[in-house]
Amino acid sequence: MNNKELPRKEASRAAMTWRSPLALLRDALRGQRAREKELRNLVSNLPYEGLEKGKQPNRHFPGNAIKTTKYTLLLFIPMNLFEQFHRLANIYFVGLAILNFVPVVNAFQPEVALIPICIIMALTALKDAWEDFRRYQSDRKLNNTPCLIYSRKEKQFMERRWKDVRVGDFVKVFCNEIVPADLLLLHTSDPNGVCHIETANLDGETNLKQRRAMSGLCISDPEFKPESFDSLVVCERPNNNLNHFKCYAEKPDKEKVGAGIESLLLRGCTVRNTDTAVGFVVYAGHETKSMLNNNGPRYKRSKLERKLNIDVIFCVILLFAMCLVGSLGHFVWLQKQPGVPPYLVADSNGHLDSPGLSAFYMFFTMIILLQVLIPISLYVSIELVKIGQIFFIANDIDLYDEETDSRVQCKALNITEDLGQIEYIFSDKTGTLTENKMVFRRCSIMGTEYAHKENGNPLHCAILFKQNELMQHLSLLFIVILHVFIYMHIQPAPVAPKRNRIFSEDSVIEEDHFNPPVKTEGSGAISGLQTCSLHAPSQDGKPATTSDNLSYEAESPDEAALVYAAKAYGFTLMGRTPNSVTVSLPSGKELVFEVLDTLAFDSVRKRMSILVRHPITKEYVLYSKGADYAIMELLEHLCGKQKSIAADTQRHLDCYAREGLRTLCFTKKVVSEKEYESWSVNRQRALAAMENREELTMDTAVQLETNLSLLGATGIEDRLQEGVPDTIVALREAGIQVWVLTGDKPETAVNIGYACRLLEEEDLLACTSILDCALEEVRRYSNDPRNVDTTPDISLVIDGRTLTMALSSDLQERFVDLAKHCRTVLCCRVTPLQKSRVVKVVREKLKVMTLAIGDGANDVNMIQAADIGIGISGQEGMQAVMASDFAISHFKHLKKLLLVHGHWCYTRLANMIIYFFYKNVAYVNLLFWYQFFCGFSGTAMIDYWLMIFFNLFFTSVPPIMFGIMDKDISAEMLLGVPELYRMGQGAGEYNFKTFWISMLDAFYQSLVCFFIPYIAYRDSDIDVFTFGTPLNTISLFTILLHLSIEIKAWTVVHWVIILGSVAIFFIVTLAYSGTCITCNPPSNPYWILQTQMADPMFYLICVITTVVALLPRVVFITDSYAVCILSSIRQCVCLRGVLWSSVSPGTKKQQHLFGTFYLVYVAFSCLLSCL
Amino acid sequence: MVKQEQEIASRPDNTAFTQQRLPAWQPMLSAGIVIPGFVLIGLAFIGIGVALFVTSQSITVMELDYTGVERTSPCFRCSDPNVKNCVCQLDFSIASLFKGPVFFYYGLTNYFQNYRRYGVSKDDDQLSGDLDSFTSPSDTCSPYEYDSNNKPIVPCGSVANSMFNDTFKLYQIVNGTKKQVPFDGKGIAWWTDYNVKYRNPSVTPLRDAFNGTVKPLFWPRPAYELDPSDPANNGFINQDFLVWMRRAALPDFRKLYRRITEGDYAQGLPAGNYSLEIAYNYPVLSFDGRKKVVLSNVSWMGGKNEFLGIAYLVIGSLCIVMSIIMLIVYAKFKFPEEE
Repeated sequence: MNNKELPRKEASRAAMTWRSPLALLRDALRGQRAREKELRNLVSNLPYEGLEKGKQPNRHFPGNAIKTTKYTLLLFIPMNLFEQFHRLANIYFVGLAILNFVPVVNAFQPEVALIPICIIMALTALKDAWEDFRRYQSDRKLNNTPCLIYSRKEKQFMERRWKDVRVGDFVKVFCNEIVPADLLLLHTSDPNGVCHIETANLDGETNLKQRRAMSGLCISDPEFKPESFDSLVVCERPNNNLNHFKCYAEKPDKEKVGAGIESLLLRGCTVRNTDTAVGFVVYAGHETKSMLNNNGPRYKRSKLERKLNIDVIFCVILLFAMCLVGSLGHFVWLQKQPGVPPYLVADSNGHLDSPGLSAFYMFFTMIILLQVLIPISLYVSIELVKIGQIFFIANDIDLYDEETDSRVQCKALNITEDLGQIEYIFSDKTGTLTENKMVFRRCSIMGTEYAHKENGNPLHCAILFKQNELMQHLSLLFIVILHVFIYMHIQPAPVAPKRNRIFSEDSVIEEDHFNPPVKTEGSGAISGLQTCSLHAPSQDGKPATTSDNLSYEAESPDEAALVYAAKAYGFTLMGRTPNSVTVSLPSGKELVFEVLDTLAFDSVRKRMSILVRHPITKEYVLYSKGADYAIMELLEHLCGKQKSIAADTQRHLDCYAREGLRTLCFTKKVVSEKEYESWSVNRQRALAAMENREELTMDTAVQLETNLSLLGATGIEDRLQEGVPDTIVALREAGIQVWVLTGDKPETAVNIGYACRLLEEEDLLACTSILDCALEEVRRYSNDPRNVDTTPDISLVIDGRTLTMALSSDLQERFVDLAKHCRTVLCCRVTPLQKSRVVKVVREKLKVMTLAIGDGANDVNMIQAADIGIGISGQEGMQAVMASDFAISHFKHLKKLLLVHGHWCYTRLANMIIYFFYKNVAYVNLLFWYQFFCGFSGTAMIDYWLMIFFNLFFTSVPPIMFGIMDKDISAEMLLGVPELYRMGQGAGEYNFKTFWISMLDAFYQSLVCFFIPYIAYRDSDIDVFTFGTPLNTISLFTILLHLSIEIKAWTVVHWVIILGSVAIFFIVTLAYSGTCITCNPPSNPYWILQTQMADPMFYLICVITTVVALLPRVVFITDSYAVCILSSIRQCVCLRGVLWSSVSPGTKKQQHLFGTFYLVYVAFSCLLSCL
Repeated sequence: MVKQEQEIASRPDNTAFTQQRLPAWQPMLSAGIVIPGFVLIGLAFIGIGVALFVTSQSITVMELDYTGVERTSPCFRCSDPNVKNCVCQLDFSIASLFKGPVFFYYGLTNYFQNYRRYGVSKDDDQLSGDLDSFTSPSDTCSPYEYDSNNKPIVPCGSVANSMFNDTFKLYQIVNGTKKQVPFDGKGIAWWTDYNVKYRNPSVTPLRDAFNGTVKPLFWPRPAYELDPSDPANNGFINQDFLVWMRRAALPDFRKLYRRITEGDYAQGLPAGNYSLEIAYNYPVLSFDGRKKVVLSNVSWMGGKNEFLGIAYLVIGSLCIVMSIIMLIVYAKFKFPEEE
């Protein structure tokens, strides 16, 4: 029925009355304005159902159909070409190919010159087309997913497709279905109006989030009636913030009801544990938050690539120099001709160009001839290599975490090699160095300190005081935890979530006290040791939930730790709904607190509060929890007892911090009814505000959080992750500076610093707030002659407030200067913004490669500021992971990721790039040297097709394989000797020197490869291509053997590819010269290789030339190896013939020794040139 | 059970390839390998070098320059470009038997047959006997495409046009009388050129195919009359033409003219006086070139080539020397055992 109806509707729409173009234009402009406006007014579509499009109120907003494809079928070729020509290299090569069509300058047959660039661009286009087709398929699948939209005519929800959803529709979603658009939740099957969603598709967080329906906008009793929706929904312009949404609904009577993210179902989320939910579409299609967040992979440019571009410019300069030589040479050569020789060809008028003009043309001919000097396939090869490298990183089983079933994720595809060059690491503490699995350790209640034994095993928990008092005290404390739970009561699941992980979130929290806290205040000292035996809460009347299988999930792990601890003492949180908290007491009695409001945590206040009505006293009580410094300043005027409690508690807090525990303070405040009511009005107003809602709600929170009375404090242990100290020591040895940036107190941070061996016992600790003095001190220390040889063991601990000053523009220099002298820096109590500023300052001032690692939302700034951002997928959600370039599951994985993969990726890529430059220069120079013997006329002695094949097929795969698979040093060695990592730091292996050395080597080799055959064939009857064939063959062998020398570990793949390349060369060349008789005029390679291969001279020349060309390199490498042995540096000995001079103190000796061989080398070159 | 499998769904494959643990051979360019390697290479090279050198020594080469730029030269008269149909005679003597078979080359210096625009100036289709290209030659042949009357030139292009056209006759002076040394002009070009690449159009007689075309400007006779003595050696498969069309790679080159393999001279040129009669046609003054005749016998390694033998000897010795130096250096520094 549906299907029949649809076409009819469309037909009617098509038959829409004609409208003047002006009206259309006006409408389009209005639509544009409506979309751009800060606030959008949306109304229900239902009253307008069936009307033509021009009358629809929400017609200006895009529909729900999405299109993520870049191209359309018809425009694919022009658009893709346009896209590809954004690359400078492509323009360069196409420009040269076009230049070749100009008759006066062409060097080859014009069509042939187009082949390489066409092949490269065709390959890229194919790849793009395939990717786009996949996107098209997934779009189509998504757009055609069925969903339910309410229809007024049918008075029920009708099945439609996702693409039919429009803004202003009412959409119904069932449990486990995916939400088709951003919906304002209006109704759920849950009596409390609650709906759970899983946002794994959006941010990877697999926990459930609660959404609450906006109530009172529609009749929903007994059945939900969308027709009754008559409000105007005003919402903000679409943005990509997944955790933020502002809107209000204005009822016809002008009453405004505010709503935020807690009422928004996001497109792409899955509805869980809720039978049905109905929502009003506020954003559709590309305006949904999930689509706005979908930015594709991140693009960063790696350091290596930046250097590479400089070298490409060098190559361009070299190319121009060579072309200039060619052009001048041609000029001189023409000038020297006494007459008009028979081989000088005039143009069709029988007229010869003047030498000057010819030389000018020749310059361009030379550019075409020698263009390969700029490696055309380098960029493509680098991309391929990086794909291969990422494949290997992602597949490393050592970086796989079984617990969470997660591999390392590589989100940035093009900075793998930066992993091998890191000099500074900025690490978060909580969740990064530590597990972020909190264990309740100690608490201080009303100034008295208690310890809690491991994991709250109820039978063995030794408590230092009477049970009764304990109960009272604990209850005081634990009531505060009420607001802890984000996590709600998930009904004994009708449908188990499909996730791998099992949630057993039967219910939440809670604790309570039977006596009003006021009365307990006076209770006295601890009388003795007593084992508290706790019993499970009674189960009478509540068979559904037993306390044994209760498990909680909380927004922050601290809170979970507190709830579990409370449970261990019998105060079990039995239930938590938005409006109430049910707690069972050790006695079995259950108390239900009415929750009046929660004042959520924010990083400015650094505390959170909950306002409840006490079930027994009926008082309004505000409980607050927060960082000690955020609480202490809000205590009511202290006097007598209170004062001493505060002092004791502070003492305990200090002591906890020294032990590395995380501290929290708890307070309560009784609010009078009058006060509450007036405050509550403000609060409602703030919540409904469109502008500055955050600030306003925060202000209301601050209003209430005054004159608190201190209850106590807790100390929660956050254990170090496994392998953290080892990793830090290894990273240190690898020459990486590790800084820790944390929001914790200095004491805690220092303690953790010692625990993870960031700080050593003998370190000089400069805890400073006076920058200048510290700097002076440190300078004096390091300038002290006695300390010259000792590595500076100075560590800096700096807190947020000082850091703000230190980072101000006039002090930055000095701060960085000071930090440079320090072995490590701990920044405490820093805000997320400061974290990223520290990273930026160090990165910019010291010009070093930085890496930031963190796990929480507060690390996102820092992760994005660093050269490489690493996210740890841990307890605190996935925001850090989403922002990161690489995501790992444990800090210890950093060791292998950097020391092994980083090193490999870097050396592989660096060597491959150097090799690529070398290869092209060595090959192209053969052509250049030949110009000296053909009147600089731009002749190529190698058939052009074979030249193309040479670069595209014969010699392209081996370097790519080299870039993906070579292992200069084994993984065990790299992990065992972290110093090896230093090879990549700073200038690294790919630097000015190595580049030019390989360039020189390329020149040398090309000289040898050209001149030995030249001398051998001098004065003979050799013809052009017969002369070129051995040159081509020699080049192939030299280039492949050169690579073979560079390859440090030969696996089957290496053998197959190297030998395969040689085989392909001979097969293709033989086949080509066996079949091409007149296929490639005017050059004629027919039967040339066959003839040559029948001549023993060919082999003799090939052998000696190859040997001579490679001799210096072999000698050099052997020599370096010898030096390594001689200087008996540990690393060197281990190094299996790797040239590594940058760090070793034996460099001098090496140079000396090398000198010996250098003389031989020079003598030998002289000899050659004499011949 | 099922759940367990799910839980490790994204566990990477633990294979040698994905874990980069493929068994690998790690060649060490350590002294232990390099020194013996150098010695071996050195010895092998010295062996090859000796063989090459000895072979090269056994080859005799005789070069006779007949450019005629010097006044004393018998061909001085002919070197003036204005003199037509000039014949000059060059006398020389051979002291001992010039072992056969003797190859007779002509040589040119400073002649850039590899000049790019010269090299492309031909029409391969025409040369493979395609009659369509006879009437409309490829424009690569320009300016030797059509003559001034707009008739197509066959064979077109610079390469063909500039064909070398000196001819030689060799006489032995026996008792004051000239005895002509017979030349063998067969098979001096590449077999593939003669049989595959260059074809005459299948028209008999051959001259009919050339109707409506003109000979190259520089040529005295049309292509179908290149060799009056042997009708089969005409057109595009004329041996001299094929030799010329195979462009020399370097500006100083020689090209095979004839072989001396017949009659009394099959064993070589006996000692005695000889006279070379040259029909001097080809101008070389315009490019400062020189013309010469080269007589040479060949071995398995082709013509005389001392360089290669010496190069092998030098590199071989160098390898030996370097291995010795290395040995000394290592011994001096008492390198520790390699772990």
